[in-house]
Amino acid sequence: MKVRAQFAFVFNMDKCIGCHTCSVTCKNTWTNRKGVEYVWFNNVESKPGIGYPKNWEDQERWKGGWELRDGKLELKSGGRASKLLNIFANPDLPEIDDYYEPFTYNYARLQNAPLSEAAPTARPLSMITGDPMEKITWGPNWEDDLAGEFAKRSVDKNLENVQKDMLGQFENTFNLYLPRICNHCMNPACVAACPSGSLYKREEDGIVLVDQDKCRGWRFCQSACPYKKVFYNWESGKAEKCIACYPRVESGMPTICSESCVGRIRYNGIMLYDADRIEELASTANEQDLYEAHCKIFLDPNDPAVIAAARAEGINEDWIIAAQKSPIWKMAIEWKIAFPLHPEFRTLPMVWYVPPLSPVQSQIDQGSLPVGPDGAIPLASALRTPVKYLANLMTAGKEEPVRNAMNRMIAMRSYYRTLNVEGKADTRALETVGLTEDQVKEMYRYLALAAYEDRFVIPTSHQEERMDDAYGFQGQNGFTFGNDSSLGISKITLFPRRRKETPEPAELAPSADK
Amino acid sequence: MNEDIFSWNYFLFGLYPYIALTVFVVGSWVRFDREQYGWTSASSQILSTANMRLASNLFHIGVIGIFFGHLVGLLAPYALWGMIGLSSLGKQSIAMYGGGFLGVLAMIGGLMLLSRRLTNRRVRATSRGSDIFILIWVLVTLFFGLATTFTTFHHAAEGSADTMMSLAQWAKSIVLFDAKPELVAKVEPVFQIHLALGLTLFLLFPFTRLVHIWSFPIGYLTRSYQIVRTKRNLPAAR
Repeated sequence: MKVRAQFAFVFNMDKCIGCHTCSVTCKNTWTNRKGVEYVWFNNVESKPGIGYPKNWEDQERWKGGWELRDGKLELKSGGRASKLLNIFANPDLPEIDDYYEPFTYNYARLQNAPLSEAAPTARPLSMITGDPMEKITWGPNWEDDLAGEFAKRSVDKNLENVQKDMLGQFENTFNLYLPRICNHCMNPACVAACPSGSLYKREEDGIVLVDQDKCRGWRFCQSACPYKKVFYNWESGKAEKCIACYPRVESGMPTICSESCVGRIRYNGIMLYDADRIEELASTANEQDLYEAHCKIFLDPNDPAVIAAARAEGINEDWIIAAQKSPIWKMAIEWKIAFPLHPEFRTLPMVWYVPPLSPVQSQIDQGSLPVGPDGAIPLASALRTPVKYLANLMTAGKEEPVRNAMNRMIAMRSYYRTLNVEGKADTRALETVGLTEDQVKEMYRYLALAAYEDRFVIPTSHQEERMDDAYGFQGQNGFTFGNDSSLGISKITLFPRRRKETPEPAELAPSADK
Repeated sequence: MNEDIFSWNYFLFGLYPYIALTVFVVGSWVRFDREQYGWTSASSQILSTANMRLASNLFHIGVIGIFFGHLVGLLAPYALWGMIGLSSLGKQSIAMYGGGFLGVLAMIGGLMLLSRRLTNRRVRATSRGSDIFILIWVLVTLFFGLATTFTTFHHAAEGSADTMMSLAQWAKSIVLFDAKPELVAKVEPVFQIHLALGLTLFLLFPFTRLVHIWSFPIGYLTRSYQIVRTKRNLPAAR
């Protein structure tokens, strides 16, 4: 047993309202720079839909993640030799249009246009070329709230094995929000695919980072990540990805996307896991068993043997306590209501999701709705979102665990309904789904009330103990692009300068003063 | 050494190789040491993938083949050729046909890349001056390199491999720090131009994206897939 700690997330899709506050705060913090205008470390997709970048879940096309070859785990895009043979042109690389061409508007035109009959318009400008764009045909969230034709959205991989003919009709449609960030996987394909060895997983908290100095722009990480959450900065020629806001997390603060989430759907916490079992469990033969396999990799933070092993690995006492109080552990393991996203990619992702409940199927069916023991609240199978769809998202299509989780969430509502409406607690619904009253009260506290200190249990990093050479690190900025932290930086450089900071319109609008 | 040390010949083929190679080595070293953030292949594939597999592979395979061809052809000792029973004329025809073939591959790929770089709006807008400049420089060098094969054809037809032999001798004289620029003085101007352009590539190397050549990740073949970094010297990590 080799105990490691992982900084992990749960996103409660049941409460996500699709407001994109997470995306905007993340964008403003990390990717409002030249070269990464198209990059959203955090984005929120409306599902069903093809997402960002287009059809990212279709690994037959992008070859992301891992697959089993003769029972052995191998990168789906091919092993080491094939990487070197394809290094001059990556056959699986998405193009910028698969994300979208980033744009701004010629706002200056509104102020300095000459007097004319018609009001001046601010035309869109490409943030890559600076040229005016005739028409914007795709964006970071083009399918927001089911925008666009169903025919186009229905290419969604998760609709496989779902009866989708009916879903195009307004009465039968369903919608859920899928907020996505880097999954900081335990078996990251991006790290494995990087020929330079610039991507790495941090030993102390499992955050996956790109060493900006070591990256050589071979761009296999971008195609190997099945979630398409590693990006290429075309200005610097380097890969960039979500850094789990490590400068914040190290000082005990939640990530900016989690902190700013107005729906309080995001949970940050520590999970202990057995690093010795990664390969074995990621190689589970049947992909529908991968969710259970993933659960097995976690170690019970209350088990004395685990605590002793964690101490032996040098994991600090407050980290062990944090793991015991981890909201992730409660939701993923104790209550079994959170699931990894696409476990079939075999990367062992560490952002887990609570499935969303949805309205009942239709008014007409209401008379014969299957309801729980309380006779009032419907069962998961009666909800509008097909369980199969959610299972395709979270358990490689295995419906039972997802249905159980949803029924538990419904039972919680049922219990609280009897408590608040009928004045006395009816525990029949709880018994059906195997929850105790104490458990459901705690679930309610975490899911419905979701207090800050319950959502975020983040121990500070122990730089004072973990850093071998604290003196050498002194005076560094901690987070930087380029050589800002090194000594001897001068204004004059022999080597190529970075490109212009802001895109300028190719054709400047004439001034009104003329 | 009795020749005029102020002549162009002496400067270009006796002195300049050392200037270019010194800048190449020291410049690469300084840049690697100080400016790793700028050390990248500077790929633009994400902006336009069309034809990239064909163009980029042709160009790179051609150029790499030519580089190693030059390395072996110019610097391998004569004795080696004798040992494998290769006459100097035989070696010349390998250089001519092999180099010509690879040169044509690189030229086709390079022209495709250049036209992409100049005409594709996105690639053009995000290109640095040095990206365009160095590609043109490589292609012009390549053009003169291909032109020399035609001259060599004439030599071969006359049954002579003297030019090739003296160029190889000159290259050896440079790396052995016993420069003999007079060996180049006799060869046709097309060879001299090709040499000067090629030597300049070494001079330009550290200041352009060419530095990515140093980083060809051969170590990846033997590396373990997963990398975990720790901030401390764990006994296990040592």
